[in-house]
Amino acid sequence: MMKKPNNMMLQTLARLIILVVLSFSIYLMLAGHNSPGGGFIGGLMTASAILILYLSFGLNPIKKVIRFDYIKIIGIGLLLPGITGLVSIFFGFSYLKQFFGYFHIPLIGEVELTTALPFDLGVYFVVLASALTIILTIAEDDK
Amino acid sequence: MTLLHWAVLSPFIAAILIPFLYKYLKRIHTGWFVLILPLALFIYFLSFIPETSSGNVVLNNLDWVPSLGINFNVYIDGLSLLFALLITGIGTLVVLYSIYYLSKQKEKLNNFYVYLLMFMGAMLGVVLSDNLIVIYVFWEVTSIASSLLISYWYTREKSIYGAQKSMYITVFGGLSMLAGFSLLYVIAGTFSIRELIANADLIMASSLFIPAMILVLLGAFTKSAQFPFHIWLPDAMEAPTPVSAYLHSATMVKAGIYLVARLTGVFGGAPEWFWIITIAGLITLIWGSISAVRQKDLKGILAYSTVSQLGLIMSLLGAGSAAFYFQDGDSPLYMTAILAAVFHLINHATFKGSLFMAAGIIDHETGTRDIRKLGGLMTIMPVTATISLIGLASMAGLPPFNGFLSKELFLTGMLSVTEYGIFNLEAIGFIIPIIAFIASVFTFLYCILMFYKTFMGKFDISKLKVKHVHEAPIGMLISPIILAVLVVLFGLFPNLLAYSIIEPAMAAIAPGILSPGEFFDVHITHWHGFSAELFMTLGIIVLGVLLFITFRKWENTAFYRGEQDLFNYAYDYGYDGLIKGSQWLTRIQMTGRLRDYFIYMCTFIMLIMGYTMYRYNLPLIQNLDLSPIPVYTWFVILVFLGSILTIPFLNNRIAIIITTGVSGFLVALLFVLFRAPDLALTQLLIETVSVVLFMLVFYHLPKLKKVKTPPKMKTIKLIISIGFGLMITLGSLSAFSMGQEANYESISEYYTENSKEKAGGYNIVNVILVDFRGLDTMLEVLVVSLAVLTVVSLIRLRFKGGEDV
Repeated sequence: MMKKPNNMMLQTLARLIILVVLSFSIYLMLAGHNSPGGGFIGGLMTASAILILYLSFGLNPIKKVIRFDYIKIIGIGLLLPGITGLVSIFFGFSYLKQFFGYFHIPLIGEVELTTALPFDLGVYFVVLASALTIILTIAEDDK
Repeated sequence: MTLLHWAVLSPFIAAILIPFLYKYLKRIHTGWFVLILPLALFIYFLSFIPETSSGNVVLNNLDWVPSLGINFNVYIDGLSLLFALLITGIGTLVVLYSIYYLSKQKEKLNNFYVYLLMFMGAMLGVVLSDNLIVIYVFWEVTSIASSLLISYWYTREKSIYGAQKSMYITVFGGLSMLAGFSLLYVIAGTFSIRELIANADLIMASSLFIPAMILVLLGAFTKSAQFPFHIWLPDAMEAPTPVSAYLHSATMVKAGIYLVARLTGVFGGAPEWFWIITIAGLITLIWGSISAVRQKDLKGILAYSTVSQLGLIMSLLGAGSAAFYFQDGDSPLYMTAILAAVFHLINHATFKGSLFMAAGIIDHETGTRDIRKLGGLMTIMPVTATISLIGLASMAGLPPFNGFLSKELFLTGMLSVTEYGIFNLEAIGFIIPIIAFIASVFTFLYCILMFYKTFMGKFDISKLKVKHVHEAPIGMLISPIILAVLVVLFGLFPNLLAYSIIEPAMAAIAPGILSPGEFFDVHITHWHGFSAELFMTLGIIVLGVLLFITFRKWENTAFYRGEQDLFNYAYDYGYDGLIKGSQWLTRIQMTGRLRDYFIYMCTFIMLIMGYTMYRYNLPLIQNLDLSPIPVYTWFVILVFLGSILTIPFLNNRIAIIITTGVSGFLVALLFVLFRAPDLALTQLLIETVSVVLFMLVFYHLPKLKKVKTPPKMKTIKLIISIGFGLMITLGSLSAFSMGQEANYESISEYYTENSKEKAGGYNIVNVILVDFRGLDTMLEVLVVSLAVLTVVSLIRLRFKGGEDV
């Protein structure tokens, strides 16, 4: 795709846009428990932000900047929900039982922490990495 | 989780550590680490003997899925303890043996020990669980572990063949067994074996009794290699010899026997149970012993002999089940059969284990297992020869070894069947001891043949691949020596086992027959006077020796020259047919065109929904208490419909992609209008990402061209699309009006009420995803990852031509 990425308008705008999109995606991911959002949506949003980068700057330059192996991220994402589920077993509850509590953290104030957060983070990673892997694999395919 | 639960699960936990031990402590043979576990478990299980021999049972409960009646309840009585001791005891010896059998330089020890531990844990799970579903799960794990071990040398074609064969046959049986368990649950409402036994009368009276019984027996017979499912066991001999000694003679193949013994309390007393098991056992016994004579491979002989011995134990359990008919534990008439079954089970594990290990030693030192090439090893391998002699004499039923005792008991059991006076036995019962007699003659024959061909005669090094043949290292001999010592020990002092192991196991097989505090009378002696059994044994020896002396006469007959089991042809033809049939079916329906697949799917859904609607007098559209539709919603829907109706008339691919995108974004808009921000966000993002995807594949797509479809086909497609849409519409409308009519409380009410309270979140959609239905989400994420792997392997690993497929 994008044989000669020299679209200046797109590149300049992309630098601005992805800042907004990325921060919004992280907000969506974290806010998911109480307002619209969550791991799935956040993951897709981050994926589309990174896609904008690939679209505007081309595959190889971005690959030098983002050096994650997405398949490994999928693995980590799959492990996270599985392991958070296991935690409750050690305390004698059923698998995947959720706990939550309110904690006071200096500077930030009262924060709700849940075991659903690492669970959702796993979903986030899997969705993000899956979308990117599929698209990049197809993009890199030169038949 | 009690200590017992951990004991069952400990092999699995140990299996996780094996790859690390193998990788980082390469200098030490991994087997030494593994050895600790079965030994510790064996000692641990020994500590239960005082408990079970005084007639007590141990039951530790652990809820797993209580709402479905599935609980991981560990249950120890005489029978499960006997098996647990076999599994861990033989397991210890086999691991010790394998340390010397498998070289740490050449073999992938990590794979071997992971599979072996997996098997050990699963097998313990099968025999120690009280819950049928838990048994089923562990049962299938043993099948998988067994296949993995058979295909341990996976580059050999025959290993793969054997592994597949065992997998197909045992998993087929396992699935039938699951169906049988489900039927039992339908009848009695429980998966617990103890409760099933308590409700045996109810089960016996049910019309599902026979189907449930047959399905469960299919599982037991396939696992225990009963005729005609025995064909997988000889092919399983491709596994390394420690595995054959452990899984395919001492433990796993006895899982079916365990199941039959365990469920005798549920099914026993029915004539069908008696007949099916006794007859299947006897046919297996005679078929196995005759086939064993024809084998030329040491392990082949042992495999068929295992088949036949399993049949022997099975037939004894069948004969013993009559005890439930009479509800009388005092009579030695049928209790002898159960006693013989339990005693022979132990004896078989000892002598067959030692024989397999001896065969492994011969294979290891001479490089062949073909009895036509072997001979004269007696002076070269005196220890192995002695071990084999003891094992074979015991298997042939010669005094003073333990095999003699259980063989006599077996003959007593079979003779007394004719005196039962039930199930029309007086008419055709006489045939049972005759079959037992003939099979024993052949058993005797292959025992002599095996010993003579391997250890006697002339030693000819030119037939062997190796240059020097010598006795095995001492480490390899320890395990078979221990087993051979046990053979002698149990033979001379059978009453060592009588009330510690055998009697509790008998009481467990026949629960409820004894009143509390009573014990079965177990008295095993060598000498019963000049009884019919003694003369039968003498007859077996005389006939066996006669057949052996005339060996030269029938050596060249077709019977001896061929060794292929007839049923293998049936399996091979059936397997080929299955593959060809499925290929044919796939060729017909897999056109490679998405539109055809859509036709299949839509038609199928239409048929199913149509039938359901017809069956329940639908569609039902009344009392539609619909909310008013605002003007802007109408507008969105009209544009949506317009965009969809445009697509079939477009000829430009970009236009099609954009129009499809429009309809997608309009759906997102609809979600917004219905105040579902999460759905709307997801839909928007998915549309965005799919636009990118479309752009990517755009290069690769073939040119869009008009396909000439015959008008008839066009009409059919039109009908299917309209019909499908109509069906969905009618379905949802009916569901809605039915809900209105029945005044269902919507399930969402529960979530709205409990979302904040139980899960600490206000966003119901998210709370459902990560908490209420967390397991679903976890598995959905797994599906997504699998889809990714599929895409990656389809594209990156595509054949470029020239590969060796």
